[in-house]
Order: sequence, then structure tokens, then C-alpha cells
Amino acid sequence: MSTTVGAPITDNKPQNKTMVLNMGPQHPSTHGVLRVILELDGEVVLKAEPVIGYLHTGIEKNCENLTYSQCIPLTDRIDYLANLSNNLGYCLAVEKLADIEVPKRAQYIRVLLTELTRISSHLVWLGTHAIDLGAMSVFLYCFREREEILKILEAISGQRMMTSYFRIGGLALEPPPGYLEWISKFLDTLPGHVAEYEDLLTENPIWKLRTQGVGVLKLDDAIAMAVSGPSLRGSGSDYDVRKYFPYSSYDEFDFKVQTQTAGDVYARYQVRVAEIKESAKICKQAIKKIPPQGPFRAEVRGLVPPSREEMKTSIEGLIYHFKIWTEGITPPPGEVYQAIESPRGEVGFFVVSDGSNRPYRVKMRAPSFVNLQALPHLVVGKLIADVVASIGTIDIVLGEVDR
Amino acid sequence: MEFVTHHPVLVVSLIKIAIALFVVMTALAYLTWFERKVVARIQSRWGPYWVGPHGLLQPLADGIKFLFKEDIVPPAADKISYVLAPFLALALALTTLALIPIGPATISILGQPTQLVISHSNVALILLFAISSIGIYAVVLAGWSSNSKYPLMGGLRSSAQMISYEVSLTLSVVGVLLIAGSFDFYDIVGGQSGHWVHVIPKWHIFPQILGFICYLTAAIAETNRVPFDLPEAETELVAGFHTEYSSFKFAMFFMAEYANMITVSCLATLLFLGGWLSPFPETGAWRWQLYLPAAGLIIAGIGLIVGGLRGVQLSAKLVFPVLGIVCLGVGYLCTLPGVMPVIQGPFWFTAKVFFLLFFYVWARGTLPRFRYDQLMSFGWKFLLPLSLINLVVTSLVVVLRLR
Repeated sequence: MSTTVGAPITDNKPQNKTMVLNMGPQHPSTHGVLRVILELDGEVVLKAEPVIGYLHTGIEKNCENLTYSQCIPLTDRIDYLANLSNNLGYCLAVEKLADIEVPKRAQYIRVLLTELTRISSHLVWLGTHAIDLGAMSVFLYCFREREEILKILEAISGQRMMTSYFRIGGLALEPPPGYLEWISKFLDTLPGHVAEYEDLLTENPIWKLRTQGVGVLKLDDAIAMAVSGPSLRGSGSDYDVRKYFPYSSYDEFDFKVQTQTAGDVYARYQVRVAEIKESAKICKQAIKKIPPQGPFRAEVRGLVPPSREEMKTSIEGLIYHFKIWTEGITPPPGEVYQAIESPRGEVGFFVVSDGSNRPYRVKMRAPSFVNLQALPHLVVGKLIADVVASIGTIDIVLGEVDR
Repeated sequence: MEFVTHHPVLVVSLIKIAIALFVVMTALAYLTWFERKVVARIQSRWGPYWVGPHGLLQPLADGIKFLFKEDIVPPAADKISYVLAPFLALALALTTLALIPIGPATISILGQPTQLVISHSNVALILLFAISSIGIYAVVLAGWSSNSKYPLMGGLRSSAQMISYEVSLTLSVVGVLLIAGSFDFYDIVGGQSGHWVHVIPKWHIFPQILGFICYLTAAIAETNRVPFDLPEAETELVAGFHTEYSSFKFAMFFMAEYANMITVSCLATLLFLGGWLSPFPETGAWRWQLYLPAAGLIIAGIGLIVGGLRGVQLSAKLVFPVLGIVCLGVGYLCTLPGVMPVIQGPFWFTAKVFFLLFFYVWARGTLPRFRYDQLMSFGWKFLLPLSLINLVVTSLVVVLRLR
């Protein structure tokens, strides 16, 4: 299939027999403002061309004019379904640059919350994907559970979606009392709900008809296009940043990377549903590991704000507090690349410091952007309905595609 | 007055049409309310709630909204066909209902023998199919005259789908016709009276179970409902053939769709479920069944009064008890000897149609959508052979029995 992608229309399909259809940027199932120009012969897609840029926000450029900690709220807005993953990626990058060691307690809480975010992001994906293929109810069931996660995030960070909870050197604030009980209560109910979605979809003959053998992405093609995340793992690779390049103490957790070999929409569906369950397991381990007391921020003079108490009681603390919140931190000159596994794939932050209080350059490797280039490979030669299934299955967030 | 005595048939027909139109239009409106409520229950949410008690005035609000929206005719549209299409759709959908009897031929109202049908014909079934087939033109015209790509594709899909499934629909009915030996609904329903072993009613659904399944499937496809709602597959074709329609023209397509749902449900009731016949034998021991309509109304009335008084909304507290008292009153009326025999037929007929409509809504809340090619191959390669087999077996049995 990949040979026909982007190829000019051959003579046996004259121009006047095809129809050019603009799917998007305002279309119910392009998940935002993606525009796909489709060339159709009847219902068969001859050529598909994704057009992006309708949600360009200039976040990368904006970061160059902000201090290091001011960039964190912007990272929330890139992938607005998995904000904490982006927070984590950026914070880890700056911590690597400034060589800050984060206390274990903060690392475990980071793991717990990013895995919760992964569950919530996959739930949104499952719901919207199902509604794209006509199964309405799954959408509302998924959002019911996601709502609970958002409530937990709100209790912890004060914000439902734009959390900005991870800070350079640790967390923004001490989590509220009882949050671990709340999360474990939620995690206890989750398997039952996931079973509910699977009852509606996994063995449903119509769901199988619509997803099996549709949007097949071969492993070689996927690797050649640098596809990552569940989209890659559905094609047979077991590449997962959490396993290959562990960060934030992921090497201390016991989890399996979920893979499928078929490479079709159904395989990716199976991978993501299995990842929801696997993330719940990681969360449970994290809850066991998190010590009830302890620092939630590193204690590094001049790079991480001192604790509230220290700021009020010691003159040195007050000075550092003032300096950090007025001029920001100044990591040493250098450049780092830090990758993490977001729900969509490998999110990478490339941060360059010139020794000033603002990053010289922040470059994001956005998995949605990279994965989107697989779309034409998935749909050429298929029907319009498969385009919808394929856009859903690569799980793009347009905020991340355009940045 | 002279006119009335000279043209009794005309006057009676006009009265019947007025009543039927009122009942059907109200039923259409509340079918949307019912669908939204049931789907909401399936999806664990409330559904319409704020316009009137439990959203009971929602259909009215929707209607008013449709009336006051701007009526847009796209500049490039073919004006005549564009305007004609919705009228055609609704008019034809409502016309078919004129042929459907809702009670036995031998009842008397106010001492006059009256038929509970607007137009009695001895080839009613053929007429009905003929009229509903013209309905496809409305869809084709709407899709073509909008001069837009999504409606065009929706129109193409619709016409292909409706023509394909019309074949299976008609063939699945032929089995019943062979057994009944008539096109007249009175004869068809009359042939279903009586019981096997004193308990199982002699409805056509039992010998014709295959035909019934074929009919139901084809009927869902014929009315473009989930899982065969491709012509208006929201996530693929925006809104299908009526994408460009707004205001009341859109409402007409909407009403036509629901009217068609009612028609095919009525037809299924008449052909397979014994029409207005009670499922119980009409012997002395079963005489209590005559009180069922009254009992149902009285239970509903008590439920409304109790539920209304316990309700949270003030409007519910005021309106529901009144409705409940009305129900009780009508329930009492149903026990009067003059009314009781008249009400039996319509009661059972409505109950069966209601059950089928619930089935429709249930499917919508549960199933994903087929793909276009899968839909066509399902229709031609599975449903059509199945109904042909049913036809052949039925003919063999009928012929052997005649010998």
C-alpha cells in the first residue's frame, strides 16, 4: 500500500471521475481541527493528504521568552488530554539540565499521577473512537470514569485539566490528605468498568468487522515513520520509553509492555485497553510505595524554591525564594533531550540553555505530529468509513500536532 | 348538514384523518422524547430534564426552535427539488399510515359500525410498499439538489441501501402472505387468531421466525437506523443527505424518519405479531384480560401521582398528579361496557408497536455502525438468501398442506 501513497493519479482513473472531498477542519470526527483532503473514486480513497496548522499556538517559541518555570503551564496546553505527561517531560528535561535529584516520594507521586493521566487519556480515546464507529454509549461510559480522574486531579492540583502540578525539582504542593485512599477506591472500581466497555466492543461482530484488517500499519513502515506509543506497539514492537529508558523510577515498577502483532485498528484497540489495566496496576504499586511523609521537592539552593516554612524562618531561604520567583532559575549552559512515554507515544523535550534565566530553545517531539504522517498509509485504497476509523486509531491531539 | 348526510364516507374519513394526524404527530414528537430518555438511561445520564417536568415539553421546544431557525437554501442548490424533497419525505411517510388498521373490522362506535383505519384496501400491503418506495426519491433528490459533496454521498448511500434492503424486506413478508393468502390486513390478522395448545397464539412470528428476523433487520436498514444509519453517519458524512437542510425542512426529514419507524413497526405488528389480537385465549377463564388496559392506565396514574408528589421539580409536583388523575379517569372509562370492547384492539396494537420501537432505541444505544460495503454485502449475501430460503420452505409447506 505504501507505494501508492502520494503517487499521482494514473491514466486509467481520469480526473473527472474522481471527487475531492475536504474532510475537516470542521468535521465531527477529525478530533479537532485536522483537515484531510481526500481524493475519492466513489467511496474509495485514492489519495489522502492531512493538512495541519489550524491550531498553531507557537508554544515552542513562547517558551524562549519565559523563565524556566513559567514554561510549565504552556506544556499543559500541548496535549490537553495528558497534561501531566507533558509537565513531567519538561520538568525532567530541566532537572537533567540543572542536575537536580528529585526525592523518591515525589517521583512515585509523579508516576502515580502520570499513569492516572494515561488512563484518562485512553478513556477519552476509547470513547471518541467508539463514537466515530457509531457506538454511542461507550463514549458516555468512558467519560463517566474520566470524570472521576479529573475530580482526583482537581483535588490534588486545583485544576481539572490544566494541572501544571509537576514543578522543576518536585511537585507544586503537598497532595491533600486522603488522596491515596480516593485513588485506590477509584482503581478498585476501574476493572469492572473496563469489562463493561469490553463487553460492548471486544467480541461485538460489527466492531470486529469495522476494525479488523482496517488501517493496517506494518512494523517496518511504522519504524520508518518513527511512529511510537500504542500505535507502534499494535504493530508488534515492544518499544516503550518506560522500559527502554526508565525515568522517574519506572525501573522499580513491575509492569508489562502490551503488544499486538496484527497492526490493525483492532490490535491498537486491544493494546490501549490492556494499557488501561496495566496502568492501574502501576498505580496500585505506586500507592504502596509512596511514603506518607517526606519532602515533595528537592532541596537545592538556587534552583528549587525553599519550603514555605524555611522561607518564613530563615533569611537565606527568603532570599532564594525572592530570587527564584523574580528572575527564575539559571541552569548551566548545555542541551538535553529527555523522552517520556505519554499516552500517545514518545514525548521528547529538547531544551537548550545559554546560561540565562530563559531557555534558549525548547523543542518538543510530539508523538501526535509524528504518528499523523502514518494516516495516508492507513487509508489509501480503503473507504471513507475507514478514514474515520484510522484517524481515531492513531489517537492524535491537534494541540500537540500543531504546538 | 345536508353535505354531511350526503357524503358520510368523506366526512368520516376526514374526521379519522384529523384524529390520526393528531395522534401520529404527537406520537412522533414523543417518540423523540422517548428515544432520548431511553438512550439516556442506557448511557447512565438523565436525558431531557428541564423543559417541563422530566423534559416532557422538550418536543414542543424543539418544534418551536425548528420553526424559528433561519431557513437556508444554498445558492447553488437546485431550488425546486431542494424544496420538494422534505415535503415528499414527510407526506409519503404519513400517507402510508393511512393504510394501517389498528383494530378489528367489526366494532361499533356510538352504535355505528366503524373501521379503525383511514383507508381500507384489499391490496393494502402492496399499496403500502409502493408508497414507501417512492420515499427513496426524497432522499435522492435531497442529496442531489443540495449541490454539496457530503449530501451527495449520503444520498447515494441511502438510495443504494434502501433499494437493496427493500428486496429483502418484501421477500421476508411474502412468507406471511403465502400463509395468509391475502394482501388485506384484516385477513392477515384474522388468520392469526386462535391458539395452539390453548396457550401459544397462532401469530405468524412462530412459523415465520426467520422471516420476522429478516424483516426486522431489513426494516432497521430501510429506516436508516443504527446499526445501518450510514446515510446520515454523523461521524463520517456530517449529517448525510440532509446536511444542507435547516429549520423546518430539516424537521420534516426528521419527522419522516420517525414516521417511517412507526410504519415499519406497525407493519411488523400486523404481519407477524397478530396485530390487535390479544396474546391470551378469549375463553371465560381469561376474561380478566379485558381489564388489562384499564389496569395499566390505573397503575400508570397512581405511579404518576405518587412519583409526581415525591419529585424534586415544582413543575413535576404540579403536573404529574394532574396527568395521573387524567390517567385514572381514562382507566375508569375503559371499564365501561360501551368502551371496553372498543379499546382492546388499539391497546394490544399500541403495546406491540411500542415494544418494537423500544427495540429500535435499544439497538441504537448498543451497537456500532456497519461500513458501507459490509452493509451491502450483508444485505445481498446474507439477508437476501436467508429470506429466499424462508420463502422456499414456506411455499413447500403451504403447497404440501394444501394437498
